[in-house]
Order: sequence, then C-alpha cells, then structure tokens
Amino acid sequence: MSFAQLKEITDAAGQLQLPFWRVILEDDRKERNVSEEESFETMRQMYRAMREADRSYDPSLRSASGLAGGDGAKLEQFRRQNNRLIGDFLTEVMEKAVKMGESNACMKRIVAAPTAGSCGVIPAVLLTYEEQRKTTEDNMVEALYVAAGIGEVIAASASIAGAEGGCQAEIGSASAMAAGAVAYLEGGDNDAIVHAAALAMKNMLGLTCDPVAGLVEVPCIKRNVSGAVNAIISCQMAMAGIRSAIAPDEVIDSMRRIGRLLPSCLKETAQEGLAATPTAQQVVKRLREE
Amino acid sequence: MNIFDIVGPVMVGPSSSHTAGAVKIGYVARKLMALPVKRAEIRLYGSFLATGRGHGTRYAIVAGLLGMKPDDSRIPESFSLAAEAGMELVFGEADLKEAHPNSVELILTGEDGRQLESVGESLGGSLINIARIDGLSANFSGEYPTLIVHNLDQPGHVAEVTSMLAHKSVNIATMQLYRAGRGDHAVMVIECDQEVPQESIAWLEHLEGVEKVTYYSLEERRENK
Repeated sequence: MSFAQLKEITDAAGQLQLPFWRVILEDDRKERNVSEEESFETMRQMYRAMREADRSYDPSLRSASGLAGGDGAKLEQFRRQNNRLIGDFLTEVMEKAVKMGESNACMKRIVAAPTAGSCGVIPAVLLTYEEQRKTTEDNMVEALYVAAGIGEVIAASASIAGAEGGCQAEIGSASAMAAGAVAYLEGGDNDAIVHAAALAMKNMLGLTCDPVAGLVEVPCIKRNVSGAVNAIISCQMAMAGIRSAIAPDEVIDSMRRIGRLLPSCLKETAQEGLAATPTAQQVVKRLREE
Repeated sequence: MNIFDIVGPVMVGPSSSHTAGAVKIGYVARKLMALPVKRAEIRLYGSFLATGRGHGTRYAIVAGLLGMKPDDSRIPESFSLAAEAGMELVFGEADLKEAHPNSVELILTGEDGRQLESVGESLGGSLINIARIDGLSANFSGEYPTLIVHNLDQPGHVAEVTSMLAHKSVNIATMQLYRAGRGDHAVMVIECDQEVPQESIAWLEHLEGVEKVTYYSLEERRENK
C-alpha cells in the first residue's frame, strides 16, 4: 500500500482528476495486480458480507462469558416507540452497531473493519445510509473505498491495534473511516472527507482499551455505537463547512503519539480501568471457576 | 498488506488480532512445515498470554495448525479436532525479549520428525508478521509465496538462489538477509510474486552449504515433500 498520509491521496486525486475512492481503487489494482472489475467486486463482497452479518443477527445468542447478547433486540423494540429522543437515522445506526458487536462476541462471521472489535461502526453507518437514503449499492461500495483509504493511512502512520494504540486506534479509526465515507456519500469534496475523518478521530483521542476479562465485549460493543454516532455528527460538522483546526494528518500522528504514551495496562491487557473494577474482577473469578 | 486487510477480512470473531491473526500465524506455520503437525508446543507472550483465553487465541492457533483459515466456523472446536487428528498440544509461556505485545512462539514436530520453530506476531486487523524462523530473524507477512533458505555465510549462495528464481521467471517482491555472525549461520527470506516450483526447492536443498529450505506457498493443497 502506498499511502501513508491523507494528503498524498488528495494530492493524487487532484493530479489525476479522479475521485478519492477511485485513487484507492487504482492503487489496489496496481498493488494486487487485478483488474478494475476484480477489485470492485471484491469490495462489493465485503459490503454484502456486512449486510449478511447484520441480517443474521440472532437475539437469542449469548457470548461464552454471558456478558454479551440481546441488547440489539432491545434497541429494535425501542425503535418502534414514539417517545424516543433520537430520530430515525441515528436510532437505526445505534441498533445496527450493537447487533454487529454482539454477533462478533458470539463468534459469528463478521467483517473486520478495521478490526473485529470495531466491526459494528462502518456497517451501522453505511447499511443505514443505504436503507434510509435509498442509494445504489455501487455508491456504497465506493464509500467503502473511501473508508479503506483513510484506514490504510491510519494503519501506516499510526496503528489499528488496541494492544498498540488503545481503543482510539480501533473504534477511533473505524469512526474516522466511517465519517469520511459518509461525507463522500453526502456529496462532500475531498477536503470535507478528510476533515470529517479528522473531526471524528479527534473526538476519540485518548480512548483506552480496558476490556472486562480481556474479552471483546465490555465496553467494546456499546463503544461501537458511540463510534458510529460520532461518525455521523463529525460528517455533519464537515458538511456544514467546519474544518478541523489541526490538519488531518497531524491528528492521525497525535493518535500515534498518544498510543505510545498510554501505559500497557490500558492497552488490551485487562489490567486497569474498567477491567480492574470489583465487578470486572467478579466476572474474571466466575469465568475461572467455570 | 492491502486494503482488504483494512476493510476485511471476513472472519469468525471475537478479535482480529487475538483470533483471526492467531489462526493465520498457526496456518503459516502449518504451511511451512508442509506436512501434518504431530506435536505443537505453543508458548504465548504479552497480551496473547494475558488475555488470550478470553479471545479464544489458543483455539485459533490450533485451528491454524490444522490448516483452517480465519473464516472457518469450526475454530471453536479446534482442540477436539486436533485430538482426532492425533496432534499433541503443549501450552506454555514464551521467554522473548522486546517482542511485539501479541506474540507466540511455536515449536512444531512434523509427522516425519522434522522440527520447526517460529515466532509469530499479530499486528492488528489480522495482519501478521513471522518474526523468526528456527532461531534467526525472518520478518514476512504470509501474503506472498515466501522462500526461506538457511545456509552457511559463504560467498555465492544469494547468487545461486536468485539465479534459480530468475531462471524460473519468479520475480522477487522483497528480500532480506540475516546472519548470526561472519561465516556463521545465515538466512535469506525472499517474498515472491509467483510460486517457486517444487523441483527448484528440492534442488536448493541439495546445494553445498545450504542447511535448510522452508517454503510458504499460497496454493491450498501444496505440500513440499
């Protein structure tokens, strides 16, 4: 992969007179030596696998620990109530994010984007967008290229692993990818795309990875909801013309530096934070005795 | 690494680094062994050791050693499948220095008694790096056909291997050389754009000064025997 900075992508888009997503597709063609159609169809398979994973949500499943499962069904029921605070779009985003996170914890097939722990963010945003805005599937696949391009830059110049960078590297990266993708769908230009991503990432800086009993369940599943909703609000700010005061590539570099400074007890080792609470310790004890 | 490591892969949860990456590390080791594994000593390190149990990391590594890929729904049942296949499993802690937080050391014995030691790192998003093979540095991703030649540190071995590859029209994607010391054991790790023919690997094994040849093929069924 050849992009380590968002600016390299937007510069290439300017020089080649191609949309953002197309620059990423062209790079993939070269990198993997495949045709335009092959690349696009592979990305379509990823999108369809997301849709399939969303549809195959099973509300009766519980994770091995018993901590995860069934919350997606609760949100689905609540969606039908008239007195809810949140509008249709975000309500559906929330529900899809929880469902995907729960499916992952229950060892079902999902699409890691960029990781399994953050697998709910991008599909929650994109599947909801497709349903509610009635766009074409091709459009959604293009948006996935935008997400992939932002993700590859983050992976190259910071990290997408909780063990290296904390949760900001997983949910934060997913949220930035989703924000850029939805800005593209909303008709935002390249500047709006990278600033939507930067605004989303900024809201997630410093997030630690302190999962209870080391499982990808608490707080990961519900944090997919906040990452997905954060992507939408960041997109809306960018579409309104708001720009990140810190250049997008500098925001990504900040994430890298913060990740390095986080102590390892807060990076997927289940030693501190939520994982060190009395409740979490009880869960650990129960799992050990089982 | 390509964009489908970022959006993708399709995998069985719960963790891309601790489940899918772990399957891949086991899978690459299985392919390097090139025949079924009879005994596997699995030594976990860092976060793999601290939280691996909750992520099914041990099931995942064993699934990979059995030849499963990260989207295989049988991953949670790998221990019983290993028992059926007659694979002996021994778990422990790895004593590594300055290793990646998600690392595992595998000490494998194949059906014919051949030994293979590897250290695999899970980099996140199911990307992996095989950091060491048989005690020497390696560093390859498992995304390309990879040729690993252990030889004595003498003039000419790199030329022998690269001219063989040229002759077979195999293009080199990346190439690394390491040695324990001058005139000591050395290793070359070559990631290729095409598969290396089986007879060429056999030819390399018989060269004077070549100690061991290991090959990682992307072809599903290929065994180098």
